[in-house]
Amino acid sequence: MPVAPDPFEKFAGYAHPERLVSGDWLEARLGEPGLVIVESDEDVLLYETGHIPGSVKIDWHTDLNDPVLRDYIDGAAFAALVGGKGISRDDTVVIYGDKNNWWAAYALWVFTLFGHEDVRLLDGGRDKWIAEGRPITTDRPAPDAVDYPVVERHDDEIRAFKDDVLAHLGHPLIDVRSPEEYSGERTTAPAYPEEGALRAGHIPSAANVPWARAAAEDGTFKPVAELDEIYRSEAGLGLDGSEPVIAYCRIGERSSHTWFVLTHLLGFENVRNYDGSWTEWGSAVRVPITTGSEPGAVPAK
Amino acid sequence: MTDTTLPTALADIRDDFLALEQRERLEMLLEFSNELPELPERYQEHPDLFERVVECQSPVFIFVEVDDERVVHLFATAPKEAPTTRGFASILVQGIAGLTVDEVLGIPDDFPNTLGLTAAVSPLRIRGMTALLGRTKRQVRERIAA
Repeated sequence: MPVAPDPFEKFAGYAHPERLVSGDWLEARLGEPGLVIVESDEDVLLYETGHIPGSVKIDWHTDLNDPVLRDYIDGAAFAALVGGKGISRDDTVVIYGDKNNWWAAYALWVFTLFGHEDVRLLDGGRDKWIAEGRPITTDRPAPDAVDYPVVERHDDEIRAFKDDVLAHLGHPLIDVRSPEEYSGERTTAPAYPEEGALRAGHIPSAANVPWARAAAEDGTFKPVAELDEIYRSEAGLGLDGSEPVIAYCRIGERSSHTWFVLTHLLGFENVRNYDGSWTEWGSAVRVPITTGSEPGAVPAK
Repeated sequence: MTDTTLPTALADIRDDFLALEQRERLEMLLEFSNELPELPERYQEHPDLFERVVECQSPVFIFVEVDDERVVHLFATAPKEAPTTRGFASILVQGIAGLTVDEVLGIPDDFPNTLGLTAAVSPLRIRGMTALLGRTKRQVRERIAA
């Protein structure tokens, strides 16, 4: 059964405060029935070096991606994965991870593709938990497997494909990569491996708001007023939140973080994550791109 | 051209990995990660000598020394928050220890792909180790040309 939300004051300003939990709240509820903690990191071994007691690990590469089809796992594989971790369909799932919850947000977005209702992030993620001296263990829990229903993934609402982006041109697009990737100086994040796009630049008319701008120094999400300033005013995504928005990055992970901010913290109603992102768009035949630091004009259709 | 033959120490590491189940392979990688030696004192104050392996997701820096006997010494440093990268570096540091220039240059470039880690770790992450090996060999070539 779901667990009551964290009433922490800072969260109250967000559109959906129940999507975040604080370290105090979580530490007081370790082992609570109906609550499962999931660690999801960039580094595949970090969980093994120590994790929140009772937490289970889900890896974005080896668990959530289909090994052969370029897609996420299907409903049967998801049911086997999360059921095997002891997660029931109506459990509250709190996800946390390294790098300002970058990969945790990605895992949360994939849980949402399968309609798992109550899934939250630990504000500040792994680093803040450890910095605050909260408990960490290397003991690996052995949860009893539970029956998780096989639910078909529904991609329509929060996931965009290349053709959706082409049809969307003229509406707000947000490119959350680094300024160097956006302008076309490079196709990979600074200091990240080459992931093979043939062209460098951005989707015409996309605003550039690097994902990490949503995070404060301590890795927590910035207060709502600052987020409003960045996304509503600066990036021009609109004030009422009804305008459809598509976010993208390089393979869809950093933009899951921005998807979380827009959807759950700022209350935008129609945000999709384009997970094909630049690795697909930058190599696709005959799709328009723009180079340089300006968004560029919407191409004629 | 140098012949490509896998030196015994690296072949043993590979065989040890391949003998394990997927999950145990991760645990062995973590053991390697924990065993990455500290930099010797003479290098601790010299970050300038080290080359960043930008293909790795997390910051890892390497420096190669070739001594008068043409034996290669590989030094690597990476933060403990990056255990996978540390594990990759540690495999190379341990596997290369005591090898000559020719032996190091003879390590097959696809050695990282033969460790049986691509399923446990993912092919994308393995690329970081391939880059580590490539940059190590390049530094060896630079040292002997100097």
